[in-house]
Amino acid sequence: MGAQIRVYRQKIASTTSMRKIFKAMELIATSRIGKARARVAASLPYANAITRAVSAVASQSEIDHPLTTEPEKIRRAAVLVITSDRGLAGSYSASVLKQAEGLNELLRAEGKEVKTYLVGRKAQAYFDFRGRPYGRVWTGGTDAPEFATAQEIGTALLEDFATDFAEDGVDEIHVVYTRFKSMVTQEPTVIRLLPLEVVEEQAASESELLPLYEFEPEPEQVLDALLPRYIEARIFAAMLQAAASELASRQRAMKSAGDNATDLIKKYTRLRNTARQAEITQELSEIVAGADALAS
Amino acid sequence: MAELEVEIVAADHFVWSGAAKMVKARTSDGEIGILPGHSPVLAILAEGEMAIEPVSGDRIAVVVDGGFFSVDNNRVVIVADNAQLGDAATAGIR
Repeated sequence: MGAQIRVYRQKIASTTSMRKIFKAMELIATSRIGKARARVAASLPYANAITRAVSAVASQSEIDHPLTTEPEKIRRAAVLVITSDRGLAGSYSASVLKQAEGLNELLRAEGKEVKTYLVGRKAQAYFDFRGRPYGRVWTGGTDAPEFATAQEIGTALLEDFATDFAEDGVDEIHVVYTRFKSMVTQEPTVIRLLPLEVVEEQAASESELLPLYEFEPEPEQVLDALLPRYIEARIFAAMLQAAASELASRQRAMKSAGDNATDLIKKYTRLRNTARQAEITQELSEIVAGADALAS
Repeated sequence: MAELEVEIVAADHFVWSGAAKMVKARTSDGEIGILPGHSPVLAILAEGEMAIEPVSGDRIAVVVDGGFFSVDNNRVVIVADNAQLGDAATAGIR
């Protein structure tokens, strides 16, 4: 009987210490979400300005730029998968990877080869474990991405995009990341980064019409300089959204883990008390039975 | 006289915005000065310093390392990969 109580005590102690960890991680995630969301907001003016400029150049001048022209046949596609470095974030990384697998299958069904690029140690571990090849991997700092990393990824992807198919180049680029819709909903999303689809939006009013810009130096050069920046901005935006989503998922996962731990502690405390009471009752009845035996 | 509405943004943060009388920037071709009423321009910025003369207060120097800027309807948007306010007196405004 005493052994039973000891087991329950140990379980209570270990669950309590785990709950402390869950609580701490929840608090850390909560405090970082605000910052991550502020960074998403801070990157918006840049993204908006660059999108506006790219559409201005692309819609006004008749330029055939390699980044905007659709290749005749797409034979190899690059997929950039943005996951987290660390786990304990519920199904965050798993759902991105699932989405990526879906895209992978779709691209293969269309007869394209797929070259994968990874962000985050979780994605790397997933691919390593299955022994599947990947192009390049960037790890570290997925919960607070740096613009420099986005630039590096952008440069690497553009380099592959500019390379011929025969030399391991790619014809289109997709990005799989988690879009931060709100604190409770984050959605794994796929966007096609390249070739660009320049959407000529219908201007709603006169003031929204893009003015006729003069370009300096030449429209081609302006587009040359703008497009890589646009790509970098898109990648950076995806990374920031992914970071905010990661923290939100982690906060949610840690909150439910903490709640579960509290429930478990309650359950084990009850069981421990029952066991203790049973022991006392048994001791008592043994004493009474012993006394009875002596008296008779 | 009309004023220019200036906005400077860097990749990951907002740098400065306000009304100005003149903006001087260095493009890949050379220097360009923007006064109110300038025709729409979209130009590539060269690395270096640009100057903004606000409606009130001292001239502001901004160090940029590449980017572009657009001008339309007296609205100047400067988009830099990285921008730093050069003037110590105004470096606090972000």
